[in-house]
Amino acid sequence: MIRTVLFCFKQSVIQMWRHKGRAFTTVFSITCTLLILALFFFLTVNITFATEALKAQFNTIEVFLLETTTEEDAQVMIKSLEHMDEVDKIEFITKDQAMEEFKDSWGSKGYLLDGLAANPLPNSLRVTLTDISQGDFVAQICSTFSGVEEVRYYATEVNKILRISDALQKICVVIIIFLIVISIFGVYNTVKLNVMSRQDEIMIMRFVGATNWFIRAPMLMEGVLLGAIAAGISLVLTSEVYGRCIELFNEQVKVLFSTGLVPRDFMMQNLTWIFLALGISIGSIGSIFAVRRFLRA
Amino acid sequence: MIKFEHVSKIYLASDGRNVGLEDATIQIDEGEFVFLVGPSGAGKSTFIKLITKEIDPDEGDIYVDGEKVTRLSHRRIPQLRRKIGIVFQNFQLLQNMTVFENVAFAMEVVHLTGRTIKRQVPTVLQMMGIEEKADRFPKQLSAGEQQRVAIARAIVNHPKMIIADEPTGNLDPDTAWEIMQLLDMINQKGTTVVVVTHDDKIVNRMGKRVVAISNGRIVKDSQEGVYGYDD
Repeated sequence: MIRTVLFCFKQSVIQMWRHKGRAFTTVFSITCTLLILALFFFLTVNITFATEALKAQFNTIEVFLLETTTEEDAQVMIKSLEHMDEVDKIEFITKDQAMEEFKDSWGSKGYLLDGLAANPLPNSLRVTLTDISQGDFVAQICSTFSGVEEVRYYATEVNKILRISDALQKICVVIIIFLIVISIFGVYNTVKLNVMSRQDEIMIMRFVGATNWFIRAPMLMEGVLLGAIAAGISLVLTSEVYGRCIELFNEQVKVLFSTGLVPRDFMMQNLTWIFLALGISIGSIGSIFAVRRFLRA
Repeated sequence: MIKFEHVSKIYLASDGRNVGLEDATIQIDEGEFVFLVGPSGAGKSTFIKLITKEIDPDEGDIYVDGEKVTRLSHRRIPQLRRKIGIVFQNFQLLQNMTVFENVAFAMEVVHLTGRTIKRQVPTVLQMMGIEEKADRFPKQLSAGEQQRVAIARAIVNHPKMIIADEPTGNLDPDTAWEIMQLLDMINQKGTTVVVVTHDDKIVNRMGKRVVAISNGRIVKDSQEGVYGYDD
């Protein structure tokens, strides 16, 4: 058994070595697929994370109250909103609390606000939603209360971003599937040429009583090896490039989306399995097709 | 060893002519040496392909070594072929392997260990009188030497029978005769030998059993026969 596996392994390595150019082309094409896939993977994962963060950030409606509105009036509003299914919780934020938060958001420069003579911020209600898609409805109700100065809700903007990210993800999936098919075809061709160029050898193997499996195994192994090599190369490359991207862009991304890029370790842990699984599947599916078609019993 | 019972296999060739075998019944016993003769297209190759189950007959039954080949499952075909050593007219050696490797290849393919291979190959090469050519490549050998390698490869796994398809077709008469002597020697050791040929001089000189095929039919079967068939 071990001898057979070793024989197959040896045969497939010899085959690849003899046809270095062909093996290189195939590995190159799978690697390209995986790299482009990685690019889309990084994009989608980061977009998903960013939109999740956005969703969490924008599932609140800020209801700013008029100066004349008392806390009792506010409590009445809270009572009438509280029983709604769409509403998760409601906080009453006094103007002082609002000022504190505002200062915090300025960070180390918060002391600059100390110079203000009077607090210009109004009292407000912060309505947290159970479901962001119901935001518009709740916002509308809030605006009907008397004593409300302004209702601020970024639903439309958020929904726009969500739609874009959704479309992007779908496009990515289509492109990735397309690329996978192309690479499978690449492996198919490599193994096909391999089978063709070894017709003599295969015929002799048949006549001396080699089992079909024994004839096929080295060819299948070759496809799997090509896929695995490509996966390895892609992993090293993407790990390096993504690391560099984080170094370069993380700060800017944080400013733009208020969350940073997804950490490299998390990405690479997932990507290792995806790459190995995909590389090996591409390799084996391609070679299985070729062997089935050109190595009839 | 080989038994055909009313075997028919009809092909429609590209020129519209029917070729193959028609109602062939023949028995070849263990240890026999048989010449299969006939003009090209008479059905000789069909005969070989049927024995090795490259093709299946339209009708009739074929037995090899007591096993009904016609009912053999695809998975068992390799086992059948390990009982049969085949020698081709054009030798079919792998050009990128040495003589030793060519013979060893047949053993690797049937999962024999390296030690067995190292012991067995030189013995067979010696038997064929080409032991000192072990490290040569086929291109560096004469046609006769190449056929010796092919025979070495065919017998190295100790098959029960050797089928030689026009083994002397590419050889000069002297070399052809030498190859025949080798096949005769293998036969003396107990292996059944079937030689497909249309070399009448050799057939007559050997004086073995001759089975003649013409137009898909067995037209003659004679012990210690001479070459000849009715057209």
